[in-house]
Amino acid sequence: MGELTFIGLGLFDEGGISIRGLKEMRKADSIFIELYTSLMPGLSINRLKLMAKKEITIVSREILEEGSGRPLLEAAKAGKAVLLVPGDPLIATTHVALLVQAKRMGLRTRIIHGASIVSAAMGLSGLHNYKFGRSVTIPFPDGGFLSETPYVVIEGNKRLGLHTLCFLDIRVDERRYMTIYDGLRILMELERRKGRAVITMDSLVVGIARAGSDDPVVKAGFLEDVLSYDFGGPPHTLIFPGDLHFTEAEALAVLAGAPKSIMRSIK
Amino acid sequence: MPRFRQTSEILKLMERKDNIRNIGIIAHIDHGKTTLTDSLLAEAGLLSPKLAGEARALDYLEEEQKRGITIKTANISLLHEYGGEPYVVNLIDTPGHVDFTGKVTRALRAIDGCVVVVDAVEEVMVQTETVTRQALAERVRPVLFINKVDRLIRELRLTLDEIQSKLVRIIRDFNSLIDLYGEPDVKDDWKVDLTKGSVAFGSALHRWGFTLEIAQRRGLRFKDVINAYQGEGWESLKEVVPLHVAILDMVVKHLPNPVKAQRHRLPKVWTGDLDSEIGRAMERCDDNGPTIMCITMAQVDPHAGLVATGRLFSGSVREGDQVYLVNARKDYRVQQVSMYMGAFREVVDRIVAGNITALLGLDLARAGETLVDASHKDVMVPFERIKYVSEPVITIAIEPKHPRDLPKLVDIMHRLSIEDPNLVTTIDKETGEYLLSGMGELHLEIACKFLQDYGGGLEIVTSKPLVVYRESVQGRGVIAMAKSPNKHNRFWVQVEPLEEKVVSMIESGKIAEEMGRRRVGEILREECDWPVDEARNVWSIEEHKNVFIDLTKGVQYLHEAKDMAISGFRWACKAGVFCEEPLRGVKVKLMDAQLHEDPVHRGPAQIMPAIRRAIFGSFLTAKPALLEPIYRIGVSVPAQWLGDVMSLITRRRGRIVSSEPKGPLTMVDGYIPVAETFGLSSEMRSATSGRAFWQCTFDHWEKAPENVALEVIKSIRERKGLPLELPRPERFIDEA
Ligand SMILES: Nc1nc2c(ncn2[C@@H]2O[C@H](COP(=O)(O)OP(=O)(O)O)[C@@H](O)[C@H]2O)c(=O)[nH]1
Repeated sequence: MGELTFIGLGLFDEGGISIRGLKEMRKADSIFIELYTSLMPGLSINRLKLMAKKEITIVSREILEEGSGRPLLEAAKAGKAVLLVPGDPLIATTHVALLVQAKRMGLRTRIIHGASIVSAAMGLSGLHNYKFGRSVTIPFPDGGFLSETPYVVIEGNKRLGLHTLCFLDIRVDERRYMTIYDGLRILMELERRKGRAVITMDSLVVGIARAGSDDPVVKAGFLEDVLSYDFGGPPHTLIFPGDLHFTEAEALAVLAGAPKSIMRSIK
Repeated sequence: MPRFRQTSEILKLMERKDNIRNIGIIAHIDHGKTTLTDSLLAEAGLLSPKLAGEARALDYLEEEQKRGITIKTANISLLHEYGGEPYVVNLIDTPGHVDFTGKVTRALRAIDGCVVVVDAVEEVMVQTETVTRQALAERVRPVLFINKVDRLIRELRLTLDEIQSKLVRIIRDFNSLIDLYGEPDVKDDWKVDLTKGSVAFGSALHRWGFTLEIAQRRGLRFKDVINAYQGEGWESLKEVVPLHVAILDMVVKHLPNPVKAQRHRLPKVWTGDLDSEIGRAMERCDDNGPTIMCITMAQVDPHAGLVATGRLFSGSVREGDQVYLVNARKDYRVQQVSMYMGAFREVVDRIVAGNITALLGLDLARAGETLVDASHKDVMVPFERIKYVSEPVITIAIEPKHPRDLPKLVDIMHRLSIEDPNLVTTIDKETGEYLLSGMGELHLEIACKFLQDYGGGLEIVTSKPLVVYRESVQGRGVIAMAKSPNKHNRFWVQVEPLEEKVVSMIESGKIAEEMGRRRVGEILREECDWPVDEARNVWSIEEHKNVFIDLTKGVQYLHEAKDMAISGFRWACKAGVFCEEPLRGVKVKLMDAQLHEDPVHRGPAQIMPAIRRAIFGSFLTAKPALLEPIYRIGVSVPAQWLGDVMSLITRRRGRIVSSEPKGPLTMVDGYIPVAETFGLSSEMRSATSGRAFWQCTFDHWEKAPENVALEVIKSIRERKGLPLELPRPERFIDEA
């Protein structure tokens, strides 16, 4: 019986794959990799091929989305197929449909997890993962389509005292990666339109760059300061903290250089 | 001889509205409009002494005549003395051929009266009828000039009796047009009458003409004219009874001045409230009212830039005035005001209501535009929305013979589309082709000629003309569900035919997206009996006459996806599923939707294709049909070739509606698919030894017969590089 295994590549480069993932990859009859959902700046397909001792086929968004992943499913029907996915395979929700489809076709499916930006960002910030509310992506406002959802989500979480993890849009195929600066500017534009004082110059913000790499940057501070902070290369992530537990405030100050005055947010 | 006058003198005259006439000349093609216009300009054209010094006017005229092209000017001003009083007569260009119907109507806005020219040999013809009908519908009063009388004598050698009975028949036929199309309250008064001096006979070529009144005054009898042509005496006819006197006497005596005309015509040419400040000012032709101008022609002058010519209905205009263009929705400062002296523009300080003026500095002005002073911009109802009933139905691709001429070609195509809003120029992004779409073969032929003339002999290569089609439905489709490419969003869509009435309301501009959802909803509910939930939720009204309605209830995040969904709808409408021709008359209903919570998973790249697929899916189950453009065809032909003409039309999938004898000719009226008219000209000529005259105007869209449709779709798909196989609905409909 055929088999489709989703393997998480973890963060930043191919070193993030788990030993279990590596073993599965080596046993596979065919290996596919998807690179459009997130950016792994340090990843080398060649090194990955050497690790796998096999050819690796890159599958495009078109094949996975419009083509419903047909070549993958065909390969999985014939033998043991593997799909390598940056991060943790099903946290970038786009692949659930493929998993469901494989299952419906009677294929055996498995998931081998990798580190995800979700846990990495939460961990780097020192904020309690128990207190995160809904997360949201800030999309590029292309063609004038400016989504107000990020604003509404942050507002809703804040009201409940919860933190918000904001992913920043990544267009791998167009080589465009939203920076913390861009993301904040978009939120400020939304604030200008909505005027509900959700995003202000003294909002507490945590910016995280290159989680999972050797030189991650975490910087907490007021929006004003974070806006002018140089985070270096992508990928970037943003967190809008809600109410702070004293250990969270301490962590932000010590781990992320937040100013002392954030202590007043402790509840 | 031209009339030499100082500009200041004419300006003074322009304030005396009793002494102004704004008129046009209309005629069936070849009946002599150009010849008459030339003779009026030469004999009665205004000329300022300054210009006369350079003798430019006549040179200009000669040059134009040498090159054999019509004087292409928006207006010609003439001066005429009648009863000891000077009159300024503005002769506004009204395009002759019906391929320019849009232009004709627009020019008619600016004129209060017209001289209808009828060829004495051919008599009243198809186009005489068309343009007279249009003029009457706009309350433009006609007088009649029967031209080419010389041919009756010299070529046809008719006797006096025969000539007289022919002339009487023409007058009678013409009056029956007025009877048929004139408004009940004026038509009896407007009928032309020999004894009242509202009919003239003559020869534009030989520049003589007279009304009964003039003939009596001069002691001239018809017999004398015949005699003159039997010898050499005819050459002196133009001294005894000069043509311009006959024509301009009729104009001054029978056609109304602007004050009288505006009172009568305003309710017809303007849909706003007559009791408003603006309405009252226009009705009175008030110099002190708000500035309101209807622009009838926009031309690109290589030196001056865009020249917008039109008629002031109220107020006055000066250089530096702040004005607003209603359709372009743009504020401007008038850079220069001029009046016409003969065919030339002369810069002046100020022009007052009831007159024709040309303005510089309004780069977005187009024919049909309404100009109003800036302080009244919020209350002005435009004369016309830029919506044309006539649609461009034929397209050609154009390229310069020498690639280096490309920038020139692009520039001239742009100018051309400014001057003629019925021409559509597009660049096909995929093929890089420059496409020119127009209302008929002739229209495009003339456009190409202009391209060459303007470009100083620019050499161009044109493709064979292609017909433009539409895709539509004849039944209600299934509720089709389509997922976005990432499978995280689903839309349920149903398409059905849009009622004819709604289509024509969109066409006439009676409903438009800009009016706002509420107003559109009210009209649809009250006038079209739409159910409340549909009427209230019209998201989009698309240029090819399709409507998008939101019938969902409480779908989360839909407000954010709305604009993307509308873009998807417009995308589908612009290029349908059959062969990427535009959809027409399709009502698209969004029944339900489910969206992903994260905005990055429901961006335009997800929503637009999903909506488009759902539309296509439902479309293919809704008795889809290909619509082809249909011309109305009118042919006048001597009876002996009637049978040939009829069979020619029916052989080409046409149908005959009527055929009616008119004098020695028979007028055939019918319909014919545009696609079947290529090469019709030469076949018609050879079938009738060149004795048939015919014209085609776009009339409507009609379902193409199945076998024709399949062929057409296949060939278009081939041309556009699409797979030949017609797609099946399953390709666009997803399983839940
Ligand atoms: N014999 C004769 N020919 C005329 C007369 N008026 C015009 N024509 C000719 O008829 C043809 C068409 O005239 P034109 O003014 O171009 O017609 P338009 O199409 O109405 O502008 C030209 O060849 C003219 O020379 C006339 O009074 N007598």
